[in-house]
Amino acid sequence: MKKDVVFVQGNEACVRGALYAGLDFFAGYPITPSTEIAELLSRRLPAKRGKFIQMEDEISSMCAIVGASLTGKKVMTATSGPGFSLKQEALGFAVMTETPCVIVDVQRGGPSTGLPTSVSQGDVMQARWGTHGDHAVIALTASNSQDVFAITVEAFNLAETFRTPVILLLDEVVGHTRERLVEPKAGEIDVVERLKTSVPEGTDYHPYLPREDGRLPMSDFGGVHRHHVTGLAHDMWGFPSNKPDVVYGLMHHLIDKIEGHVNEITRVKEFFVDDAECLLISYGSAARTTRHVVENRRARGEKLGLLELQTLWPFPADLVRERCASANHIIVVEMNMGQILGEVKKVVKNPDGVFLANRIDGGFITPADVLNIIRITQGKGV
Amino acid sequence: MAVKDYIRKRFFPHIWCPGCGHGTVMNAMIRAIENLGLEKNIIAVVSGIGCSARINGYLDFHTLHTLHGRALAFATGVKLSRPELTVVVPMGDGDACAIGGNHFIHAARRNIDITAIIMNNSIYGMTGGQYSPLTGYDDFATTAPFGNIDPSFDVVKLATGAGASFVARTTTYHVTSTIKILEKAITHKGFSVVEILSQCPTQFGRRNKIPSVVDMLNSYKTDTTPIGSKEKEKNPDLMERGIFIQEDRPEYCTEYDKVIERASKGR
Amino acid sequence: MDKETTNKKVPDIKRDWCKGCGICVEFCPQDALSMDGMEKAILEYPEKCNSCGICELRCPDLAIELK
Repeated sequence: MKKDVVFVQGNEACVRGALYAGLDFFAGYPITPSTEIAELLSRRLPAKRGKFIQMEDEISSMCAIVGASLTGKKVMTATSGPGFSLKQEALGFAVMTETPCVIVDVQRGGPSTGLPTSVSQGDVMQARWGTHGDHAVIALTASNSQDVFAITVEAFNLAETFRTPVILLLDEVVGHTRERLVEPKAGEIDVVERLKTSVPEGTDYHPYLPREDGRLPMSDFGGVHRHHVTGLAHDMWGFPSNKPDVVYGLMHHLIDKIEGHVNEITRVKEFFVDDAECLLISYGSAARTTRHVVENRRARGEKLGLLELQTLWPFPADLVRERCASANHIIVVEMNMGQILGEVKKVVKNPDGVFLANRIDGGFITPADVLNIIRITQGKGV
Repeated sequence: MAVKDYIRKRFFPHIWCPGCGHGTVMNAMIRAIENLGLEKNIIAVVSGIGCSARINGYLDFHTLHTLHGRALAFATGVKLSRPELTVVVPMGDGDACAIGGNHFIHAARRNIDITAIIMNNSIYGMTGGQYSPLTGYDDFATTAPFGNIDPSFDVVKLATGAGASFVARTTTYHVTSTIKILEKAITHKGFSVVEILSQCPTQFGRRNKIPSVVDMLNSYKTDTTPIGSKEKEKNPDLMERGIFIQEDRPEYCTEYDKVIERASKGR
Repeated sequence: MDKETTNKKVPDIKRDWCKGCGICVEFCPQDALSMDGMEKAILEYPEKCNSCGICELRCPDLAIELK
């Protein structure tokens, strides 16, 4: 069977993954380096009777996809750092109302206008804590077009399964690098459909009463159950409540439904991890450089390993702790000033033994940037 | 059906202060919908944040209580993804014209089939009485203790300039014409804006020495006049009310269906 | 009350919904309504009521329904 092989940017791989997952509605606003996603979808969505709209700003784009999701559609928006900052309040609204949606952040140099056409991975903590208040969030990432396709489908699946916004952290390198993508056939990757309530018309429907399996069936706006959706703390009927016991239950439900299922949400790729003496932990485009170094050095007998994280939030603490236990040295490779470094330090026995190989000048991290740090761990000069 | 069939009775008495105009707006809204005989399952009421925004919690429709100023952005997502829904967006003056101003002019520019109701009480009520972009010159508010110097918007001109294809102004004094206007606005295929002057006795009336709710309502009678009336010529300060714009123009969701046809053929 | 007034529709006022704003009392063309000691609107003079329904339309509390 002839495989569909295409030569595409990561941004296009994300578009193809979203369409594969059943994307119905996209709202976005132009911003480098994510604009290709909007451009491609403005052409491909209507071709499959989906809807595309370019809103007046990133705030309204995020609001529009939440509105669309509530009518039963699979939705996505895409932006970069500055737009991601603007979307935070509405992202929090999607968290509070448990509305499935996918937010792509193709990261660029920050803060502020920063380096619009240069790579960075500086939004990792913003993905975690960008919106206000205690909350949980899912953030995924990938380092090449093939993985971007698969992780985009995963983002939609997790959004539906956990009824939550899922953030897809790409970056300028992954987003713009054109490379081979073998496009899976329909059915090759499973796609989670919107779980709709089976409560018949005329019977009371609780939009926020989880089933035993924790899933929360939805009822579309326009369907037979007229219910209320609000960003205020609310009861299981969806109506505002500030009673302490109701709020306590709601907060734990919102957070535990994600933090309590880390294993189900964790996606990692491992290269020579089992017998690695020096374990490198990386993600996104930085993982491309790291993998090159690991494979290159392995050929010379150096026991390096790469743990590539595809799930950043909720942070896979147990898995990272376990993989780091057997390594003599741990190096985190990322293009920011240690945002995942901090998380790794929290979970290992010897935090001071965790090194950082990073790059924050807008340039793409090079093998030399990584090798220099490896040499330091080996007591050699650079 | 009667008014009581359209409300979520368990939440009454409602949250609004005694004599608040928003209750009258809700009353008029329900009667307009009842007169149109619209089916409850096809109505979505999307609101922002503020006293006005609590209106949809009381209404037995699909109700979405969103973020301050962002109701129209959420509503655009609801409407474009399911054009068969009747989407009504009640907002306060701050919701629509301050933080929400950008979404207001763009929803009007697109002429998407949404009915925007601006419940103009010239104050931020929920947060305790600050002035808004619709507060009058020299009026008092907690943030204008020496008299408001901010010039205010003319919502009708703003909406017309931005491209809304149905623009009207009415008041909570003129209840029957408000109901008629809301019926026309909801039926209109395009972006409809209905500004309703709605009295806020607690935050605005008290602070601006208007003795009672009834005086506020009577001022809506004496300070306004039908569009193009002779009184307006004699007294240009009078605020005109009625339907200013009612035109048929391409509606956004219908236009997007054409895009879908072109895209499907284009393959 | 004679036959004519008994089946005439008159305002039924939900006391716990009424917040005593006085709008109905003020705008009733027949002055059939008034405020009682508890600051609640009541139909003091049912015979004066001509079932015009202005009170039902104007009530911000949706407390009035002609029955």
